[in-house]
Amino acid sequence: MPDVVRLHYDVDGENFMAAGEASSAVKNVLRRLGFGEDLVRRAAICLYEGEINMVIHANGGAIDVSVSPQAIEMVLQDQGDGIPDIEQAMREGFSTASDRVRDLGFGAGMGLPNMRRYADSLEVTSEPGKGTRVLMTLRIAPV
Amino acid sequence: MDTGITIGEIQKLLNARLLCGETMLGTEVHSAYGADLMSDVLAFVKEQSVLLTGLLNLQVVRTAEMMDMKCIVFVRGKVPDEAILTLAEARGIAVMSTDYRMYSACGRLYAAGLVGLE
Repeated sequence: MPDVVRLHYDVDGENFMAAGEASSAVKNVLRRLGFGEDLVRRAAICLYEGEINMVIHANGGAIDVSVSPQAIEMVLQDQGDGIPDIEQAMREGFSTASDRVRDLGFGAGMGLPNMRRYADSLEVTSEPGKGTRVLMTLRIAPV
Repeated sequence: MDTGITIGEIQKLLNARLLCGETMLGTEVHSAYGADLMSDVLAFVKEQSVLLTGLLNLQVVRTAEMMDMKCIVFVRGKVPDEAILTLAEARGIAVMSTDYRMYSACGRLYAAGLVGLE
């Protein structure tokens, strides 16, 4: 495989039902690259929760994934309202999602905690009114 | 060590209608998870092959896909629409619908040896 594989996806914010397509595509690429089931699933969970968040809270955005021999790096960038208090948003159960989103099986304040649980590192930077950037890194264990 | 049960046995135990994934009936599964909150399903990275849920939308299939699940059971007689079945079919996930409610459906499968992972 080449040294670094780069993937880019634009996430449509209008269509909740399409949410997850980018995560699904990334998962397939990671599997094809031959990574272990556990690592692929962790990456898929992290990205899917992030993608759902983008659709629910930020009217979509962009996902960039780079896969090097050392790590899988996933960057989610949106132009949404931003997160005023990131520490609060990281708490399990904290949510600003609407009832409609909750009816769809999300918005219970578990997304960011799940991302933190399964990424080796999670960095969230946000500017109110400008958007949010989420960087998740999963280390690849040397063979 | 548990031996697992097949998706076909799950269908029989739950008296369920199979809606897609006929070729999966012989596939053996070893654990299951019941939830309406998809983030709860996503909170456990260990492989859990069967998802029982009362939630009815495309994200149920997406969640199952992310988790490498092999079978979705819609409880309380709920029947998914064509879009849900098409996506499940494309992802190789069997889908069935049972009239049992969540608690009873989970109980029947648990009693038959299909455990949850703790």
